[in-house]
Amino acid sequence: MPPAFVELLQFLLSGVTSGAIYALVALGFALIYNASHVINFAQGEFVMLGGMVTWVLLSQGIDLPLAVLGAVGLTMLVGLLLEKLAIEPVRNANVVTLIIITIGAAIFLRGLTSVTLGKDLHALPAFSGNEPLDLMGATIMPQSLWILGTTALIVLLLHVFFNYTLLGKAILATSHNRLAARLMGINVNFVLLLSFGLSALLGAIAGILIAPITATHFEVGIMLGLKGFAAAILGGLGSGLGAIVGGLLLGIIESLGAGYISSDYKDAMAFVVILGVLFLMPSGLFGKRGTERV
Amino acid sequence: MADIRPSGYSKHRKKQTYTRRLGTRASPLQMLMSERVGGMLALLLVIAVLPLVLANNYQYDVAITIGINAIVVIGLNLLIGYAGQISLGHAGFFALGAYASAILTSRYGLHGALAMPLGALGVGLLAYIMARPILRLSGHYLAMATLGVGVIINIVISREAWLTGGPDGMYVPAMEVWGVELYGGQIWYWIVAAFLVLAIWISLNVIDSPVGRALRGLHGAEVAAEVAGVDTTRYKVMVFVLSAVMASVAGSLAAHFSEFVTPEKASFFHSILFVTMVVFGGMASTFGALVGAAVLTVLPQLLADFASYEHMILGLIMMTVMIFMPRGLVPTLSGLARRRGARR
Amino acid sequence: MSLLRVENLSIHFGGVQAIQDLDFAIDAGTIHSIIGPNGAGKTTLFNLITGLYRPSAGAIYLDDVQIAGKRPHDLARMGLSRTFQNLRIMMNMTAVENVMVGRHLHLNTNLLACMLRLPMIVRGDRAARKRCIELMDMVGLGADIDADAGTMPYGALKRLEIARALAAEPRLLLLDEPAAGLNERETKEIDDVIVAVARSGVTVVLVEHDMKLVMGISDHILVLDHGRKLAQGTPEEVRNNPAVVAAYLGNV
Ligand SMILES: Nc1ncnc2c1ncn2[C@@H]1O[C@H](COP(=O)(O)OP(=O)(O)O)[C@@H](O)[C@H]1O
Ligand SMILES: [Mg+2]
Repeated sequence: MPPAFVELLQFLLSGVTSGAIYALVALGFALIYNASHVINFAQGEFVMLGGMVTWVLLSQGIDLPLAVLGAVGLTMLVGLLLEKLAIEPVRNANVVTLIIITIGAAIFLRGLTSVTLGKDLHALPAFSGNEPLDLMGATIMPQSLWILGTTALIVLLLHVFFNYTLLGKAILATSHNRLAARLMGINVNFVLLLSFGLSALLGAIAGILIAPITATHFEVGIMLGLKGFAAAILGGLGSGLGAIVGGLLLGIIESLGAGYISSDYKDAMAFVVILGVLFLMPSGLFGKRGTERV
Repeated sequence: MADIRPSGYSKHRKKQTYTRRLGTRASPLQMLMSERVGGMLALLLVIAVLPLVLANNYQYDVAITIGINAIVVIGLNLLIGYAGQISLGHAGFFALGAYASAILTSRYGLHGALAMPLGALGVGLLAYIMARPILRLSGHYLAMATLGVGVIINIVISREAWLTGGPDGMYVPAMEVWGVELYGGQIWYWIVAAFLVLAIWISLNVIDSPVGRALRGLHGAEVAAEVAGVDTTRYKVMVFVLSAVMASVAGSLAAHFSEFVTPEKASFFHSILFVTMVVFGGMASTFGALVGAAVLTVLPQLLADFASYEHMILGLIMMTVMIFMPRGLVPTLSGLARRRGARR
Repeated sequence: MSLLRVENLSIHFGGVQAIQDLDFAIDAGTIHSIIGPNGAGKTTLFNLITGLYRPSAGAIYLDDVQIAGKRPHDLARMGLSRTFQNLRIMMNMTAVENVMVGRHLHLNTNLLACMLRLPMIVRGDRAARKRCIELMDMVGLGADIDADAGTMPYGALKRLEIARALAAEPRLLLLDEPAAGLNERETKEIDDVIVAVARSGVTVVLVEHDMKLVMGISDHILVLDHGRKLAQGTPEEVRNNPAVVAAYLGNV
């Protein structure tokens, strides 16, 4: 293999890996947005909680599978509480108010974590060791395979859930037309609650998967949350497919940009790309278009 | 055209409101109760009296920081509260102003009084160039784009260490005027106060003018404003640039006052803090913006005693205030006062 | 020469042909009504004329100048003004401020002058307020001058739309169902206002379901159905048009 190709492949592999994580976070944004038209700026904290709680449980000597289960469960509980206590009472508030509430929640959760679990950086052990695998000259870590596999599985499950189960269809119906859904007898509040629970689940899993690679810390949620938001917007808010494509695209662009242009500006790539896309396509790649009704 | 009076509807109620109707001059009492006259007088009074209360340098620092933040927040309130356009990136403009002053004075030997307007001009230009594509967006897309601008500014400032000193920040030489070094709270208090009064005066003037009505109008019913002849894009760009320039000027003041700048000034968190101040004090209220800036500047200082619990408490307060007073402090409280007054 | 002329105008939304190949002209100084069942495309036509929608095909001329594709605020400058069927009131402002937004084009909007509140701004605003109060009197809102728009009842907001549209001093005024939802007395008052406006020299285009009102005040009527022209002519001609009777008036 020519070295230039191997290099490209290497960048693509690492791009897809982080892109899958962004996609999970973006899916979380899309889920909540669809159910409530709220952008949950605490989404990144779900990611952080997933990683941090898993680390704590592991350090208490609990086995990895059980630790993961515990972390996911606890994060979901946080998501449900957030919805019940902070979102449901102000469901019809304006966008800015809702943004501030979720940001307040994010700051609170970060504060709570730093107080209870400390401010140190922690690496989780990789799920299947650190022996790199060879792929046409490039290397890939087993943890990356975990990330890609789990993400694919989740996407598949979500697809089945939304298209073939009554509950999933109820959520979709609510996102299309809340009033009609209510008239059809769908419990809209329950759908809202569920969307926060599911988003927290996605966030926690993303956080657990990525923690062996980037380590975890009480502040990892900030950038991951913002990039997940960028991915969701890139794809077009509320579009599930858009979130996945947006996430992968963002990961790949970021990795290529860092590799070929400037690694100093890796974190800026996502935002440069999102600005470029929004300038050309104000509703993202897959967002709804059409003439606004007057 | 006005020769035909439709029957009935208004005649019987007309008399009682007639005195206030034809835009005749308001009575002295009414003027005192108004924001522009009464509010300004109260503000000047507070500014004049406050130094009697301020006990030490630390308290001066807090008061000055309130003033600097308020200038940003008053501009941001024009954008968010009045024109209804969100920005999650104004800390970027604040930082650009601060760094423009820092760099132009320390590396190029310019006088601070020249660096500040140059920085404001540069920021204004940048905001102007970005505003057109950005303000085509609305809602969360606009939030994302402005957030992106802020984050990019933050990253650039952190990375270009040769110019900005990088993550460690850089020193700003003290400003001199006629051989006198502007140093210390007692001097900066009055400088910042002057800028604050100017900002509030401008804000109150703009709101109650054709431009202000265009801004509020496009917030309330964008198509209707457009159809009435308001070039809504032009006005969104205008208020975006104005608020960015105000943030830049405040940034310059902060740089010269603290004589030190760091990339933290451009952080996402700082942008959020500014927006929170707007909403906290009360959207579409100039004095609300001032109150929001004051409360949220003082609060972390008080919470500093709680050390590591600071962020938890701040987050909790942000949530509870927004849940129980979604309109913000000043409109909620003045609404309460009015209702109580009416009951008497 | 006609003031407004529409040629081969079409617009579609996805599969819906909202306006199809429409031609008509409106003479200056007349009251021109457009009627048709719900979904016929009347509002869409207004949106096309005022620049809110861009036509898929065809042309719109104001004084023989092609205006299709121009921005709404530019068209306002050319003398177009309108009201909205679904109220577009600035609920964050007072009633008179709403009307004063309508006066935007006649005011000094220099940012610097406004920031400094120069005397000319104060003078201009005082005169504008006076003019706007006259207009509010005229539409019967004399008692609601400084009311918060958000607290006013529906019927009052309908008139507020008209006052705001008049504040621009348009040459061509488009009214989209101004009497919808009003009671008989209020409808009569709106009727009077429209006649007064027309007498003052403003050309009026009226979309309205109240046939008594339409037949009473129109010089010319255009009947739309499924985005196409079904008939046009004087009230007399339209009333006696068999196609109209069958398709529209027949089932009133
Ligand atoms: N912005 C839009 N997007 C999609 N369809 C539209 C839009 N505006 C109007 N329509 C459609 O065009 C048709 C005509 O609507 P409209 O002009 O509102 O009718 P009318 O005012 O005569 O009742 C309807 O089928 C309506 O659904
Ligand atoms: Mg209609």
